Amino acid sequence: MSDIHEAIRQTIEQNRVVLFMKGTKNFPQCGFSARAVEVLKRCGAEFKDVNILLDQELRQGLKDFSSWPTFPQVFVDGKLVGGSDILLELFEAGDLQKMLEAPKAS
Amino acid sequence: MTIPVVQRPVRSSIETKLTAALAPVHLEVDDESRMHSVPAGAETHFKVLVVSDAFEGLGPVDRHRRVHALLAEELAAGLHAISLRTLTPAQWQASTTPFRSPPCAGGSKGG
Repeated sequence: MSDIHEAIRQTIEQNRVVLFMKGTKNFPQCGFSARAVEVLKRCGAEFKDVNILLDQELRQGLKDFSSWPTFPQVFVDGKLVGGSDILLELFEAGDLQKMLEAPKAS
Repeated sequence: MTIPVVQRPVRSSIETKLTAALAPVHLEVDDESRMHSVPAGAETHFKVLVVSDAFEGLGPVDRHRRVHALLAEELAAGLHAISLRTLTPAQWQASTTPFRSPPCAGGSKGG
């Protein structure tokens, strides 16, 4: 496994909710990333933001790691939940709130 | 890496491939590139609504992956953002929420 994939794995294992995004949660640089931040905030979720614009290797490595070609990407409990469209759909259905409330599966 | 040749406009290419593979009962492909910080005429940002029986039994991540796989050439050739809504015919009938894209925040320059 490449170093970058190992680094991604550690990030999503050490943080329950991770948003890989363009920009930061305080300064999103893409409308879709901004929407993902907004949805997570409205759920009251603690989450780690990772700015993929700062690291080209991470940007490409994450696409390969997750088999997902676009950003943002949201991981919960180490699993890809989706991009901003899926996040919004889950939020509107109330499923995201439940997912984030549930205790972490061990 | 070789960049694949994609039929233009890209909207037609997307429509052709999704129609052939998914036999959608409803398909909307909107080119929203003009809303983003890309050169005039660039075909980079699309919004796609696909309603198909092919999504029955698949979760949202797998549905999107199916569409991403069908559009792999477009994604490799410069399709930069694709906002997707993937529904079964029953979900489409029951759907009441509008499908809108967020405004650009300027970070898409440089691919």
